[in-house]
Amino acid sequence: MVPISWYLALSAVLFAIGVTGVLVRRNLIVIFMAIELMLNAVNLSFVALARQLGSVDGQVVVFFVMVVAAAEAAVGLAIIIAAFRSRPTVFADEFTLLKG
Amino acid sequence: MGSLAFAILAVLLVASALTVVVHPNPVKSAMALVVALFLLAVTFVLLEAHMIAALQVIVYAGAIMVLFLFVIMLLSLERENPEAQPHPPTGLRVVAWMGGGVLAAELCWLLVRQPLPPPAQAAADYGSAQAVARSLYTDFLLPFELTSILLLVAVVGAVILAQRRRP
Amino acid sequence: MPAVWLDLGIAAAKTLLVLLMVLNLSAILLWVERKGSALIQDRIGANRANILGGLLPFNLGIVNTLIADPIKMFTKEDVVPAGADKVLHFLGPFLAVFPVVVTFAAIPFGDVLVIGDRTIDLQVAGLNVGILYVLAMSSLAVYGVVLGGWASNSRWALLGAIRGSAQMISYEIAMGLALIGAIMTFGTLDLQEIARAQGAHVLGVIPAWGILYQPLGFLIFLVAGVAETKRVPFDLPEGESELISGYFTEYSGSKQAAFMLSDFAEIVVVSGLATTLFFGGWQVPFLGREGWNLPGGVTLAMPHLAVVALQLVSFTVKVFALCCLQILVRWSLPRYRYDQLMDLGWKRLLPLALVNVLVTGLVIVLAS
Repeated sequence: MVPISWYLALSAVLFAIGVTGVLVRRNLIVIFMAIELMLNAVNLSFVALARQLGSVDGQVVVFFVMVVAAAEAAVGLAIIIAAFRSRPTVFADEFTLLKG
Repeated sequence: MGSLAFAILAVLLVASALTVVVHPNPVKSAMALVVALFLLAVTFVLLEAHMIAALQVIVYAGAIMVLFLFVIMLLSLERENPEAQPHPPTGLRVVAWMGGGVLAAELCWLLVRQPLPPPAQAAADYGSAQAVARSLYTDFLLPFELTSILLLVAVVGAVILAQRRRP
Repeated sequence: MPAVWLDLGIAAAKTLLVLLMVLNLSAILLWVERKGSALIQDRIGANRANILGGLLPFNLGIVNTLIADPIKMFTKEDVVPAGADKVLHFLGPFLAVFPVVVTFAAIPFGDVLVIGDRTIDLQVAGLNVGILYVLAMSSLAVYGVVLGGWASNSRWALLGAIRGSAQMISYEIAMGLALIGAIMTFGTLDLQEIARAQGAHVLGVIPAWGILYQPLGFLIFLVAGVAETKRVPFDLPEGESELISGYFTEYSGSKQAAFMLSDFAEIVVVSGLATTLFFGGWQVPFLGREGWNLPGGVTLAMPHLAVVALQLVSFTVKVFALCCLQILVRWSLPRYRYDQLMDLGWKRLLPLALVNVLVTGLVIVLAS
């Protein structure tokens, strides 16, 4: 059994990569995928700590995170499609209506 | 043997996560994310969470990412070339990557500085569907019912948001 | 020899056996398809092929064709259309074949094999979430379709891919819900346990196969499974008379062979799953681990290897029968129009499956 800290470290690295993705990319869909990556990193740390404590409650929380992420993905992508209709682009830089 | 499996998985996971974030073609980013989610399910199996691993593949890699691919195919019909897409200025990109690196290093240092005690002895059916369901339908019944309402709201909302405006 | 190597060897042998079984069954199904369809359509079918330009002076009919076809497919030039994404074009067939073949790891093909003092469970991977694993792998099969169509840079392919993937994800839901009735009846997700539980006999005579408890579930599962594999009457994504070949139009050579293989292997997977859940899997009526337990208390002991052989044969016969059923359906029914197809999946099969779950739950609660 690999020490649980290593799983938590892997989860931290994945989370950091997700954060960098949100900051660096401009394509709305890729930003969204980086957010999903962050959610999955947190899922990994939940499952790892559930194993550490020997309790299934952590896995139940992962179940709920998955459900909420699914709902969020559906609504978020619908918003992107709706935004695409008003201005035919997927790049965050070009939605400048509220810019000062 | 377990360490070798973990090492290979970790390297592949980080590589596919980096591909998601770095690759200019969004379809390839999406496929890299599918690979990452599948590898994450394998990691869950290593952590003896079999039911959650199967759910991860069914829900995340099998359904949510298909939704992503549909939207990418619908919206970006021209082939990507890196020159055409906007980038943040190079200075800001460097700062963002350094910030990400610092975050990762900081979290890792915090985690390995004080190693955790050995993991608790798990029950015989730990991670099976029966164990998760037992907890889900007794201790977490209210959140379970609320998430079903949440899903209903999300479905209705997504359909309304993505509809074409009636002229 | 350390125990670990022996375990690995046994696992490798089982994996090889299952892989060979799936691949061979797919090849045999190709033959059954060609000759069976010929029989249904009152014609002779493929019965000639010239090997090496007449080097072999005889003509063994369909055998020549079955040798010549794969040789042709694997030696053809691999054409990648201009403007197509090379990596994704290469990945499509791989993602079509991989989930289908891997699904068979969870399906049991026998009870146990006792060699010396080792008891080998005749199932490649004894997962306690077997059905979830099978559903997970089937949901990965969508990527082969999506990537195949998208990477081909051709409008026929894209149209076929969009239709195909929408159809597949719609019928996955009906398939999963139909399985819930079976899971509730047997109380476990482990496929080997489900197969073992069907060894009981109702009233001492009728084998307690799943179809006795879940007839509606079996029907919904079969329809959803046929739709999932995109075969007639649900083959609009492939639409041979409309979209050329749908999502694998732009594939030639070994990549097309991979898509064809995935098509036939999926038939075997759906049949295998239906057999395990609804037809008793490897169970032979009245055959226990030690021998025959006929009604009336008569017992006949049988050697262990004979029992295992009978179970293997029973499994193969049942799977093959269900595959032939699917081929028969293919050549008998016309094609569904796309809106009729989606209508069937969402508005008819889904409520029916939910009603099935409700009724099953009621019966289980009232009976206990």
